Amino acid sequence: MSLLTLVGISPLIGALIVLLIPAKKSELIKRVAFIITLLIALFSILLAVRFDKAITGFQFTQNNSWISAFNVNFAVGVDGISLVLILLSTILVPVVILATWHESDTGRWNTKVFYILVLVLETLMIGVFAATDLFLFYVFFEAMLIPIYFLIGGYGTGNKSAAAVKFLLYSLFGGLLMLASIIGIYVISGNQIGATFDLAKLATLQIDNQTEYFLFLGFFIAFAIKAPLWPFHTWLPDAAKSATPGTSVLLLGVLDKVGTYGMIRFCIELFPDATKTFTSFIITLAVISIIYGAFMAIGQRDIKGLIAFTSISHFGFITMGIFALTSQGVSGASLYMVNHGFSTAALFLIAGWMIWRRGSSTISDFGGLQRVTPVMAWTFFMAGMSSLALPGLSSFVSEFLVLVGTYTRYPVAAVIGTLGIVLAALYILIPVQKALHGPIVSGNENLKDLNLREKVAISPVILVIVLMGFYPKPVLDLINPTAEKIVINSGYSDPVAKVGK
Amino acid sequence: MPIANYLYLAAILFTIGAVGVVVRRNAIVVFMCIELMLNAANLAFVTFARINGNLEGQIVAFFTMVVAACEVVVGLAIIVTIYRSRRSASVDDASLLKR
Amino acid sequence: MQISENLVWFIALPLISSAILLLVGKKANSWGHIAATTVSASTFIIGVIEFFAMQARPEENRAVVQKLFTWISVGSFNVDASLLLDQLSICFVLLITGVGTLIHIYSISYMSHDLDRRRFFAYLNLFIASMLLLVLGDSYLNLYVGWEGVGLASYLLIGFWNQKPAYATAAKKAFVANRVGDVGLSLAIMIAFATFGDVTFSGIKEQTDAASTTQLTAIGLMLLLAACGKSAQFPLQSWLGDAMAGPTPVSALIHAATMVTAGVYLITRSSFIFDEAPIAQLMVLIIGAVTLLFGAIIGTAKDDVKKALAASTMSQIGYMILATGLGPVGYAFAIMHLLTHGFFKASMFLGAGSVMHGMKDEVNMRKYGGIGKFMPITAITFGLGYLAIIGVPPFAGFYSKDKIIETAFNAGGIKGIALGIATLLGAAITAFYMTRVVILTFFGNERWGHKDEPHESPALMLIPIALLSIGSVASGYLLSKGKSLVYWLEPVVNPLKEHHAEELFSHTTVSLMTISVVIIGVSIAVRKYRGDQSDTAPEKVSKLTIAARKDLFQDALNEATFMRPGQSLIQKLLNIDHLVIDGAVRSVGVVSISAGSKLRSLQNGYVRSYALMMVIGVLSLIAVIWVVTA
Repeated sequence: MSLLTLVGISPLIGALIVLLIPAKKSELIKRVAFIITLLIALFSILLAVRFDKAITGFQFTQNNSWISAFNVNFAVGVDGISLVLILLSTILVPVVILATWHESDTGRWNTKVFYILVLVLETLMIGVFAATDLFLFYVFFEAMLIPIYFLIGGYGTGNKSAAAVKFLLYSLFGGLLMLASIIGIYVISGNQIGATFDLAKLATLQIDNQTEYFLFLGFFIAFAIKAPLWPFHTWLPDAAKSATPGTSVLLLGVLDKVGTYGMIRFCIELFPDATKTFTSFIITLAVISIIYGAFMAIGQRDIKGLIAFTSISHFGFITMGIFALTSQGVSGASLYMVNHGFSTAALFLIAGWMIWRRGSSTISDFGGLQRVTPVMAWTFFMAGMSSLALPGLSSFVSEFLVLVGTYTRYPVAAVIGTLGIVLAALYILIPVQKALHGPIVSGNENLKDLNLREKVAISPVILVIVLMGFYPKPVLDLINPTAEKIVINSGYSDPVAKVGK
Repeated sequence: MPIANYLYLAAILFTIGAVGVVVRRNAIVVFMCIELMLNAANLAFVTFARINGNLEGQIVAFFTMVVAACEVVVGLAIIVTIYRSRRSASVDDASLLKR
Repeated sequence: MQISENLVWFIALPLISSAILLLVGKKANSWGHIAATTVSASTFIIGVIEFFAMQARPEENRAVVQKLFTWISVGSFNVDASLLLDQLSICFVLLITGVGTLIHIYSISYMSHDLDRRRFFAYLNLFIASMLLLVLGDSYLNLYVGWEGVGLASYLLIGFWNQKPAYATAAKKAFVANRVGDVGLSLAIMIAFATFGDVTFSGIKEQTDAASTTQLTAIGLMLLLAACGKSAQFPLQSWLGDAMAGPTPVSALIHAATMVTAGVYLITRSSFIFDEAPIAQLMVLIIGAVTLLFGAIIGTAKDDVKKALAASTMSQIGYMILATGLGPVGYAFAIMHLLTHGFFKASMFLGAGSVMHGMKDEVNMRKYGGIGKFMPITAITFGLGYLAIIGVPPFAGFYSKDKIIETAFNAGGIKGIALGIATLLGAAITAFYMTRVVILTFFGNERWGHKDEPHESPALMLIPIALLSIGSVASGYLLSKGKSLVYWLEPVVNPLKEHHAEELFSHTTVSLMTISVVIIGVSIAVRKYRGDQSDTAPEKVSKLTIAARKDLFQDALNEATFMRPGQSLIQKLLNIDHLVIDGAVRSVGVVSISAGSKLRSLQNGYVRSYALMMVIGVLSLIAVIWVVTA
């Protein structure tokens, strides 16, 4: 059994341990869950340490037959991009558990159910990034919906049931289209090389254009819903508003990355010809997402809705980078996935604390927090600065790489995307001004600043944001070989500088 | 007498039965109308057996009779039970499955 | 190229100090300001040491570099975190750390009553670190980090008293206007990378010959946009006046002496691009000329002393930008004016701060008057700064501004004459509005309307002012003596050692013309503002004055063209998102639900209706078969 599989199933074992603890001992459950996820995070870092950067293929692979009748295998493995996403997931889970210690107290079900759901979700998240068998990926992809559905519907606030159902239906719709494409490509493989779900083999298929377009679109729409890309985005703000902050972090920080990850792994790697055809169309959608998400974020009154729309804008950047198909674009987009995970996590967690203290998520109900709760205000400000891609913080590196990578091939898209820089300043600074600056709004005088637990939870995230801004090299070194391989395999090469050296 | 007349009779009986099922409320009458339809079908089977000169239609008619007998047993039992519990044999009163 | 190991300390020291002050929190309240000032002073000392070391080396070996680490490396996009200290950046380093340290010292006293003084010093150190990174970065991307870093520091410092909503808004406005400029810088970097495959200064400089004029013009125009944002040049100048919301030392350091001059640095640093892109260079000239007049006109109508000085800053930077547009011969004069301006404007801002300190934070000059006799030292130092800015010989401004006017006239043709007249006109207006400031503040009747007499500021504030005013007296002479600065900068900005061949006007002629327009400006102001003044601004004024009071309607224009359409667009998008996009999704739900409820009525529970349905079904099936087989 490979190390990767061990990392993958350890949350499941954790869930079993939690299952054995009596439901009444909620504090014990929380502690056990936290320690387990922390150990998994360390365990997954071991994975990164033992990862060989020189190899561009999959590592830590394991391949067992699962359903031999359809030649379905339990096949897992990681390359640079999926490794960093697995790291993102495993590191965020303990942070989320520690940061949202009381989130599970007021749900429809008890604490135990909450942590079992989270742990199961972690296994599925690792699985979805690790799967190298198309069928296995699909199983993880759809199974992920279940815990998230219950986390939103069972522990959320406001119009949670409706939001959970909307999320589920949207995702199932996308999943259905993808399933059709999966069956399609499976049948084609059966005609050409013997039926298989193995990604590497599927990439070698010769598919006629018409069919390839439909198969591509099946995958792409599923991922565009997941990511989410304009105009498939409307589930996200609802889900984010209704979900608890911790769930939102997992949803936006990790789950949505499956969409953009899938675009790289499946859309581009399996269908390079269709990718060429649809690139300009997709880049247009991405640019619309960037601008549209930013404008919508500026207009939001609810802080959770605001963060959700900023994410739509950021996902536009990520998609743009991916489909620019330059090494800077793909690397930048992959790095952006990680950076966005952390900065959105910080924003959501701190916004969650603000909402928990104030009892309202309307931005204008806050005010003057910098004087009342300086530490909370500062961490929010840092997270916001990262979100607007301030140089020196993590998002800048990735955003700039995406823009540079896009400019070399699609200058117009990059130029329009650059306008997002100005809009980002507005959508971050307006809430900063309303919530942190100005006179202290009545009702806020006695808000408590962050306690030790919250400080401990948020500091690693802030630390990552700062460190990755100054020294992104370790992560880029993991991503670069894979990104370059993807660009080359899809039949592209980096545009050469016009006057070149 | 042309043999087709048997078929016309079967069709008429079947239609009477079907109309009876649709328009009558009394469960016993509905039940009898169903029997009428079954027997109309039997008549048609037997007629076809005669026309085709083989026994298959007659065998099916016997089967139908057995099924009809079983149905009478179960059906009457249900009707009697319903009548006992609610003092009515009207099929319209028995719409519990809707809710 | 010399390798150095010391450059990193320029940035690391203030950055670490800033981080410590912010992280330690209230416990550092007692020593935070001392630590920050010490750090700033030590960067100055390192700067001086580096300067003398550089001077001792032969000309071709003066520049030193230090590679810190590989920052971003993807495919052919390789950017090192690497620092470059050459003749141009050392000027800035000395200005930033020198003036910065003096302002740190000044702030110890000026901010002594503020509860958040530690935070203030943390921000100041953050600014010093970012600004040094801006001038030391060896590539456009490194510069960009410093560029946005100073923007952040400026945002934090303008909004230092952000409990006042207007101040918080001013901070936001500054950041957003700067971001508009930053778009220009990012695009310039992208175009540069797509064109040259490199973003370092040296790498691009080597290849400019190979690039087409169009590409260079595009880069140049984008860089100019960036410069406009940061240096408050037309049409992105509107934030600077509002930025005066920050504490006065901030206005002196960031919004007068250093940060706002970053645009001049950027253009000078990119001389190799602008020199090959005539259209971009012409735009630089136009922007510079427009802004220098724009700022000067606004300056004549402002009653807020800080805003008057801010308008003047805008105008003076217009001079510098104009000078950079004059090509190789202009860069050195732009930098010279930048340095002298750093001294006299900082000294005047600090002087204004001193007046405010003595006047209970009053900023309205109409409420001043006759302060000179209560605050003699402030008045004298301010006066020296005044003489320097209007360009009276032998004060600093005379040397630097005269050179710009002269070079403008000698630019040749109609362009030269137009630019010369613009700069001359600017000089006259400068003389007018600065005289107005001095008279309204230090002379005339006392209009402050309360019994408390203004008091002179403590020595800790006066010493930095005095040192700066020494600079504003002597720096011009020192820098232009034997053309020392011109020769010093030549390897960086004027490698071909170009000088003017033809002269429209000689040096003496230009000096005489300048002095005469200055005298005209001063005397108009003296005639207008001598004697007793009212403590409220006159209502009946010319249309030009009204326009100038409203910053020549730039804010109104921005509001009408961007803000309000933007807001209504957002509102429309919100509706569209809700009604159309989400509406489409919801309507799928609504349709299926209503279809379900319609169909449900068929399931009425009556056996007879089910039977009827079956009959109908069978009959229609038969009908269909009958029709199809027919």
